[in-house]
Amino acid sequence: MIVLNDIHKSYGRTQVLRGCTAAVKLGEVVVVCGPSGSGKSTLIKCVNGLVPIDRGSITVDGVSVTDKHTDLPALRAQIGMVFQNFELYPHMTALQNVSLAQIHVLKRSRAEADARSEQLLARVGLSSKLSSRPDQLSGGQQQRVSIARALSMDPKAMLFDEPTSALDPEMVNEVLEVMQALALDGMTMMVVTHEMGFAQRVAERVLFMDGGEILEDSPKSQFFANPSTERARQFLTKVLSH
Amino acid sequence: MNYNWDWGVLLQQPYWGWLWSGLGWTLLISLGSWVIALSVGISAGIARCMPNRAIQIVASVYIEVFRNIPPLVQLFLWYFVFPELLPDALGLWIKRDLPNPEYVTAIVGLGLFAGARVAEQIRAGIAAVGIHLLPAALATGLRPLQAFRLILLPLGLRAVFGPLTSEFLITVKMSSISLTIGMLELTAQSRHIENYTFHGLEAFAVATVVYLLLGLSVTGLMRVIDRRFGAAKYRRASS
Amino acid sequence: MNDFDWGVIARSWPFLAEGMALSALLVVVSTAGGILLGLGLALMRRSDHAFIAGPATVYVTVMRSVPLILVLFWFYFLVPLVIGRPVGALASALVAFVLFEAAFYCEIIRAGINSVRAGQTEAALATGMRRSQVMRLIIMPQGLRAMTPLLFNQVIIVFQDTSLVYVVALRDFMTTASVVASRDGRPTEMYTLVAVVYLAICFSLSKAIELYGKGRAR
Ligand SMILES: Nc1ncnc2c1ncn2[C@@H]1O[C@H](COP(=O)(O)OP(=O)(O)OP(=O)(O)O)[C@@H](O)[C@H]1O
Ligand SMILES: [Mg+2]
Repeated sequence: MIVLNDIHKSYGRTQVLRGCTAAVKLGEVVVVCGPSGSGKSTLIKCVNGLVPIDRGSITVDGVSVTDKHTDLPALRAQIGMVFQNFELYPHMTALQNVSLAQIHVLKRSRAEADARSEQLLARVGLSSKLSSRPDQLSGGQQQRVSIARALSMDPKAMLFDEPTSALDPEMVNEVLEVMQALALDGMTMMVVTHEMGFAQRVAERVLFMDGGEILEDSPKSQFFANPSTERARQFLTKVLSH
Repeated sequence: MNYNWDWGVLLQQPYWGWLWSGLGWTLLISLGSWVIALSVGISAGIARCMPNRAIQIVASVYIEVFRNIPPLVQLFLWYFVFPELLPDALGLWIKRDLPNPEYVTAIVGLGLFAGARVAEQIRAGIAAVGIHLLPAALATGLRPLQAFRLILLPLGLRAVFGPLTSEFLITVKMSSISLTIGMLELTAQSRHIENYTFHGLEAFAVATVVYLLLGLSVTGLMRVIDRRFGAAKYRRASS
Repeated sequence: MNDFDWGVIARSWPFLAEGMALSALLVVVSTAGGILLGLGLALMRRSDHAFIAGPATVYVTVMRSVPLILVLFWFYFLVPLVIGRPVGALASALVAFVLFEAAFYCEIIRAGINSVRAGQTEAALATGMRRSQVMRLIIMPQGLRAMTPLLFNQVIIVFQDTSLVYVVALRDFMTTASVVASRDGRPTEMYTLVAVVYLAICFSLSKAIELYGKGRAR
C-alpha cells in the first residue's frame, strides 16, 4: 500500500532523513517510534507529499508521490492524516470541520456531507458535539473530531503523527480506543507514537528510527522481546519504565 | 510615455549642491526631532506606567493628543498659532529674533509627534515584560518601584529597540513635511529642481534612492548594534 | 489676545464640508484600492518563485522607505505623462495614495497570514484541498481576525495622511481650512478647529478599535 524507497531529506545543512526504506501492506498497522528529533514526523509527512523529498521514491497504492505529474491533492484526499496538535479549523464547528473537504474536494452537497459527518462523529462518540467549536472541546474530543475529519474522505490509509502526545493522560485512552477500532476494521495505518501499549495491542510491525535512519523494522513481538540494536533497547527501557 | 530623461542636469551646479544641502537638512531635522522624541517619549512612556494616577493621566493625554492629530496640522499649530497665544513680547521674539524659527518649529513639532509614538512603544514594551516578570519579581521580595527600576524598565527598553528603529525611520520620512513651512530639505529640493529645470522625475528618483539607502543603512546598522548589545543577545543568553 | 472670531468657522462651514468630503473620498479610495492591491502584493510575496516574490518585495520596501509627499510629487508629474494628457491633481493623488498605502496594507495582510500556524495549512492540504482553497477557506478567515484591528488602525493613519495633499494644492479638509485661515487672517481659529476635528475623529476611532480588540479577546 505504502512503499518508501531510500528517502533522503535535508533542511539546509541538517540531514533529517538518510536513506529510509519501508513498506506498509494493505490492512497493516505499523508503529513508528524513536527519540525526539529522529525524523519521525518528517518521514510520515513525506508519505502524502507534505514534505518534498530530495532523493528516493514513494508510492501509495501504486501511485508515485514524487512524480511531478501526479495530482497530489487527489492523492492526499485518499490518505487521512491526524496531527499531534489536532489542527482543527478554529473558526468552524466540529461538523463544519468534518464536512469542509467533502464539500470542496469531493464536491458532495452540503446536506450529503453533513449527513456523513454526523455518522462519523457518532462513530468517534461525539454526536452531542456537532455544533461545538474546537475551543469548547477537550483535547481528546478535538483529536477524535480530527480523526473523523480524516475519515470523511473515505481514505485508503491513515497517517497518525503522535496523536496522543498533546493530551492529558486521562484522555489518551479515548483516542487510542478509536484508533484501535479503526485497525480492527482493517484500516491501513502508519502511526508515530510512544504509546508502546498501543503498539503491543494493535501493531503488526514496529519501525524504530534514530538520527534519520530506520534502525529496526521488525514484527512487534520480536521488537519488544528482542530488539536487535542497542539504541532501540535503550529507547525501550526509557519509554517502558513509566 | 513622452519624457526626455536627462540625468546630466542633476550633476550641474547649483542642482547637485541643492540635493546635498537638502540631504543635510533632512538629517539635521530628523536627528533634532529624534532627540526631542526620545527624551519626551521615554519620559512619557515611563510616566504612563507609574502607579500615580495624576502622572498617568498627564502622560496619557499627551500621548493621545499628539498621536491623533496629523503631524502637518501640529506643525501649523506650532508655526502659525502658538506664537499668537503667547504674551505679546514672547510671541514677537519668536517671530522676529528666534534664530532659524522654521528649523526650531520643525524639530519641536515633529519631535513631539514622534515622542507620543515613542511613548506608546515604551509603554507597550514595559507592559509586555511586566505581564511575565512582575509577579516573579514581586515574589522575590522586591518592592513595586524596585521591580520597575531593576527589571521592567531595562528589559522593556531593550524590547522596544526594534520598534524604535522603525519610529526613527518614520521620523526621517516625516521630516519632509517641514517643507510646508519653508525648510529646504531633500524632498523640497527635488521639487525645487523640478521648478527650475523641468527635470523633476530625475530629481525625485535621486531623492527616492537616497531615502531608500538611508532606510536600509539605518536598519542594517541597528541590526548590527542589536546583535552585539541588544535584545537579540539577551534572548540568546536567556534561552 | 481676546480678539478671536469663532464665527469664521460658521461662515466657512460649507466650504470646509466640501474639504471633509474630499478627505473622505481619499480615505475610501486609498483604503479599498490599497487593500486590494496590498492583498495581491502579499500573495506575490508568499510565492516560492523569486521572480514573483522579488518584485513585490522591492516594491514594498521602496514605498515604505520614501515619504508620502515625495510619492505625491512623483505621481503629480508621472500620471499625466503616462496618460498623455493633463488629469488634474485629484486623479494623480488617488493613484499615489492607492500605490503608497498598498505597501502598508500588504505588510499588515502578510502579518495576518503568517500569524496562522503552519500546521493549519498542512492539515488542510492533507485533506486534499488545493493551495488556493486552503488560502480562501482556512488561512484568510483566521488571518482576517488577526489583522482586523491593524487594518482599522491603518485607516486612521490614512486619514491623517490625507492631510498631506496640501502639497499638491488639493482641497481636503486641512487645505480648505488653511485657505480660509489666510483669506480671513484667522489661522488660530481655523487650525485649532482642524486639530480638534482630527483629534475627535481619530481618538474615538482608535478607542473603538481598542474596545473591539478587548471584547474579542474575552
Ligand atoms: N521545517 C523544518 N526546518 C528545519 N528543520 C526542521 C524542520 N522540520 C524538522 N526539522 C528538523 O528535522 C529534525 C527531525 O524533525 P522531526 O520533526 O521529523 O523529528 P521527530 O522525530 O518528529 O521529533 P519529535 O518526537 O520531537 O516530534 C529535527 O532536528 C528538526 O529540528
Ligand atoms: Mg514529531
